[in-house]
Amino acid sequence: MDTIVARLTDGLSRRAFALLAALLAVLLAAPWVANDYLLTVLIVILYLAYTGQAWNIMMGFAGQLSLGHAIYAGLGAYIPAFLFTRYGIGPWVGFLAAIPIAALCGAVIGFLAFRFGVAGVYFAILTIAFAEFARIGFDHLTIVNASAGLFLPVAQLAHNDLWRLRGSPAMFYYVILAATVIALILSRLLLRSRMGYFWLAIREDEQAARAAGVDTFRYKMYAVMISAAVTSFAGVFYAFFYNNLFPEQVFNISRSIEMILGPIIGGIGTLFGPILGAFVLTGLAESVTSALAAFGIDLPGAKQIFYGICLLLVVVALPEGIWPWLARRLGVAERKR
Amino acid sequence: MGVDVYLNVAVAGVLTGLVYGLMALGLSVIFGVVRVVNFAHGEMMSIAMYIAVVLFSSFHLDPLVMLVPIAAVMFVFGYALQAGLINPFITRPEHSQFLLVVALAIIIVNALLIIFGPDARTVQTSYAYDSFELGPVIVDASKAYAAAAAIVVTAALFAFFRFTLIGKAIRACADNYTGALVVGLNVNRLYALTFALGAACVGAAGTMMTLITDVTPALGPGYTLLAFVIVITGGLGSMPGALIGGVLIGLTEALAGLLFTPSAKSMFAFGILVLVLLFRPQGILGRKPT
Repeated sequence: MDTIVARLTDGLSRRAFALLAALLAVLLAAPWVANDYLLTVLIVILYLAYTGQAWNIMMGFAGQLSLGHAIYAGLGAYIPAFLFTRYGIGPWVGFLAAIPIAALCGAVIGFLAFRFGVAGVYFAILTIAFAEFARIGFDHLTIVNASAGLFLPVAQLAHNDLWRLRGSPAMFYYVILAATVIALILSRLLLRSRMGYFWLAIREDEQAARAAGVDTFRYKMYAVMISAAVTSFAGVFYAFFYNNLFPEQVFNISRSIEMILGPIIGGIGTLFGPILGAFVLTGLAESVTSALAAFGIDLPGAKQIFYGICLLLVVVALPEGIWPWLARRLGVAERKR
Repeated sequence: MGVDVYLNVAVAGVLTGLVYGLMALGLSVIFGVVRVVNFAHGEMMSIAMYIAVVLFSSFHLDPLVMLVPIAAVMFVFGYALQAGLINPFITRPEHSQFLLVVALAIIIVNALLIIFGPDARTVQTSYAYDSFELGPVIVDASKAYAAAAAIVVTAALFAFFRFTLIGKAIRACADNYTGALVVGLNVNRLYALTFALGAACVGAAGTMMTLITDVTPALGPGYTLLAFVIVITGGLGSMPGALIGGVLIGLTEALAGLLFTPSAKSMFAFGILVLVLLFRPQGILGRKPT
């Protein structure tokens, strides 16, 4: 236990600690001040912060570019939703069922790729291919209503039921906030573990890592499986928050792209980057949408163009992302390790 | 269903596959030389498709006639893109280049959505319902013209790379970047030229594709994926491979649409991709990486 706490806090300056605590306090207090709209925006932000961190484990730490993470979120959404609507099994049990299946799916993709030397861009395309395969497959899977969509019963409840994930937006907000905090802690623990150092070695130079005796195949497999399992919870949340699932939406490639924008803009491979990126991106996008609405302009696609331009600017101007730059400004940058 | 039905569907699949092949050829040329993964390939194709549709609906210009002008427009677009935006990224890490192009793809899809709206547009040529009868096989005229044009453009591109000095210079860049710099080739200009050629290919393919299918803004990512599936199946960097891959995927999709359901057809294309990556990662005609 002591070692875990030490791993978490070691190297973290007092200033960084204070800033984190302040941010957490603000986020904890938010539901009392925020109106419904703002709360929904915050939920979306935290959702993307969570998925971004999950993706970051694979790309940011181990250097494996996945562009098909929608498949893990989709499995995480469909499995508990199916168990809930069909058998009345609660979402947390469903989540327990989704974890191994998502991890297994990641393992299959990882095995196929890493065993046969499919790397880099080819690997990215393989991940997209699997996500698309799942999208079309679920679109024809009658047991989950195929393209007609799977709907969860919406009931007006007098009180929040955390066990069955039925309740007010505030409850969902706290659930996703807790998940984001857990993901942050998990990421830091992973990064500071033996495995984390192996991942960084693989990311920086796979051949050198292998020459140094790292079992690269095994640790890349772990990265994919952990990332997949963590991502699957985002799907559970998605299913029970939105109450409807369509393969065309859940497995769509734009879901995968949305997940990766936050960490890229915030800073790939950094711990706080995915969270910062989600705030910046969603915050800006919502401002643009409301600004357009204020002028009476309703353009579907305007938000996506804005995403595209943001991505373009960050890739061109700040290739390392915003967080490394901001961390230096705030004086909380960790020394280069 | 008799054998005739299968034969007809197979022929239609092969003809569509040839146009797919031309599209994938553009991607293959760009990746083979510039080493940048053009993830906006299908989106560039939808730009060409919209140009063809607008020219037809406003001025009644037949896509077959507009093939060369539209390819030329895309050539200029591709040159500007490579020279202006992508060239500084040549030495950046792979994922960085990739994201740049993904950003571009997102912008193109949604710009098309804003300009043209989500509804499908079509080209209704006078020969849209014509067909040739070759024994038991009925060949759709539009598809035949499109496939013929695809073959002509492909042949022209082959000839360019094989017989012209610039083509040779581009091949030199692809073989050895540093070597090309050493012998004094203007690599940046040749890269831009290559990207432009790839864009012209996809422009030509897009123009032909309007004869075969409708166009919506949402098509772009699907075509990008399809182009990748084809190129990886055929073998990256192999020009005949792209064509063969295109025909194979076109045929697979057509038969899968007949035997199962049309909406599930791309599942089979992805299935082929997975099989190829498993058993012949370098593709059907690709060379083993050294």
